[in-house]
Amino acid sequence: MNLFEYQGKELLRRFEVPVPEGRVAKSPDEARDAARHLGGKVVVKAQVQVGARGKQGGVELVASPDEAAAAAERILEVEFMEQNAFALVQRRRRGEVLSAEEEERIAKATPIKASRVLVERAGDIADEYYCAFLVDRSDRAFLGMMSAQGGMDIEKVAEDDPAAIARVHIDPLLGISDFHARRLVFGARINPDAVKGAVAIIPKLYRAFVEMDASQIEINPLVLTGDGKVVALDAKVTLDDSAAFRHPIFDELKAAHEVPEQERLAKEKGLNFIKLEGNIGVIGNGAGLVMSTLDVVNAAGGEPANFLDVGGGASADILSAGLEVITSNPEVTSVLVNIFGGITRCDLVAEGILDALGRLEVEVPLVVRLDGTNAEQGRKMLADAPHPMLKTADTMLGAAELAVKLSRAGG
Amino acid sequence: MAILIDDTTRLVVQGLTGREGSFHAKRNRDYGTNLVAGVTPGKGGGDVDGTPVFDTVAEAVAETAANTSMVFVPARFAADAVLEAHDAGCDTIICITENIPAMDMARTVSHIRHSRRGVLIGPNCPGVISPGKANVGIIPGEICEPGPIGLVSRSGTLVYQIVNELTQKGLGQSTCVGIGGDPIPGSDFIDVLEKFEADDQTEVVVLVGEIGGDAEERAAAWAQENMTKPVVAYIAGRTAPPGKRMGHAGAIVSGSKGTAAAKTDALEAAGIRVGKNPTEVAEIVAEIRG
Repeated sequence: MNLFEYQGKELLRRFEVPVPEGRVAKSPDEARDAARHLGGKVVVKAQVQVGARGKQGGVELVASPDEAAAAAERILEVEFMEQNAFALVQRRRRGEVLSAEEEERIAKATPIKASRVLVERAGDIADEYYCAFLVDRSDRAFLGMMSAQGGMDIEKVAEDDPAAIARVHIDPLLGISDFHARRLVFGARINPDAVKGAVAIIPKLYRAFVEMDASQIEINPLVLTGDGKVVALDAKVTLDDSAAFRHPIFDELKAAHEVPEQERLAKEKGLNFIKLEGNIGVIGNGAGLVMSTLDVVNAAGGEPANFLDVGGGASADILSAGLEVITSNPEVTSVLVNIFGGITRCDLVAEGILDALGRLEVEVPLVVRLDGTNAEQGRKMLADAPHPMLKTADTMLGAAELAVKLSRAGG
Repeated sequence: MAILIDDTTRLVVQGLTGREGSFHAKRNRDYGTNLVAGVTPGKGGGDVDGTPVFDTVAEAVAETAANTSMVFVPARFAADAVLEAHDAGCDTIICITENIPAMDMARTVSHIRHSRRGVLIGPNCPGVISPGKANVGIIPGEICEPGPIGLVSRSGTLVYQIVNELTQKGLGQSTCVGIGGDPIPGSDFIDVLEKFEADDQTEVVVLVGEIGGDAEERAAAWAQENMTKPVVAYIAGRTAPPGKRMGHAGAIVSGSKGTAAAKTDALEAAGIRVGKNPTEVAEIVAEIRG
């Protein structure tokens, strides 16, 4: 779960990491009140998870409560785009001619609106840094990173000037020691005035990272203020959903995130569902097989409408629910069910498909490929109950090609 | 010879009395795996279909000389179960459980690596099968055949899909290893490639990767330096959108990192042929075998 900035900062505050004083507002009036309470100049920031938030009009510096209200009104209306699509828009604005495919990607990008703004007291910034902790998969350890090039896209810094990022691995069993913090701070060669404050913050960030079961905490920028304090001006915190059982607060944090209707429905049924942009519904068992199925649908010239993993040992009910979720998307013009039974039994899959066909008005072709545990039994059950929309295929590639072909014929 | 498990395997199942644990342990035993014990705290002294159950792994090892553990306990207790098996001296631990917090695995994997003893496969994996010898986990035994192909995969169902394609082409397997889809696996591709390189039964290795992380890139570099046996690869998730976690906790393209294209490039640059789909992988293996 990726937290909103204000949520990340609330967590960091519990670990005594200095963050600017601020208040969350859901309306211009609330933003006005927040600015009045804080006094003086404030920054109004969209609480939305997109890159280049500032460039998209999501951050404004204002001098009075009325200006804060006006800024909040504007910001809450902004239709943000995910970073890749926005990068294309920027290229177009610079006068570049985009390809038809790129134009289509912009047109297809789902607009994202902020439902909250964070109103924060604005201060003077003397210098900006980058600091992060994450689970490093390569070394199977924790990785701390710091750079004097704050406020920039850190991936770009890593590419252009890798030496500008200090890195230190921390053994999860040993935990952080002061020398780790010194290595980061001196390694990044930050302003000497910020050294003491940064060395003090780093172990606190580490504690927040470990104790909150975060998979990543990124502070960009960490700033040195005009009066010599080191403060986390932004916070990107990603929590490990698998650890929710020992953090009751995870549910509370999650409640602030709006989940699209289809994804919410899928989650309720215990399905692993991700909406995509195309029109061929895909169901499979196991994340790897479903990813692979999306690839072969693509290679066959189709565009998948979703990723849906029914998991291991899926019952007839789960399969049926999965089909319901997929066919509730009006964009879908055919559905591909690709099952390789291990724990999952193909006879139960067939039962689920037949249940869905009986229960729902399925008006798009359904291509089914069954293999593995009890596959023959499952295939026979489908053959014995013919339905005009039900087609079967023997192989994964054959099934993908058929689903793409039927999708075109119908659409 | 095969790797990790064979006919010398003496298996203890942690969580044997659970619904999933008993179902799969029984299938493993029916396959011919030497299932010697189960462990469920508080249920020691009983048995499951004749397999004795103990309260602790230490007791199970002392009484039955178990040398391999399969962990089938719920996620919140699973890291503890792995540590218990390691402490009791089980040198091969296969953890099927998914959704274990990454912090728990980070500590557990660090401890096992520091000890310089034992191998952890998983978590969030389908287990290991050495066809004709032993099956520990949930890979369906009936689609496998003994033979010279080693297979290592992050995805479970892609093990089934690709093994099935191999078997249909008459290409049997030495051992199939599911290393799991988590960000911090107990063993990575390199750990398993190293074993296949040293195994006299294995002649060709199939590596099945997916988006996220850089395990495939590191495996490619390692294989180029250290492997004499041919490796054929497959990467799932070519068309996965960035920033979306595709089912597995570890399967996510962040920014420009972890893409299937970058992995394919790294593998091909190391002289490893990459199949565009599971069927093509089996075709390439068949071609190499002549």
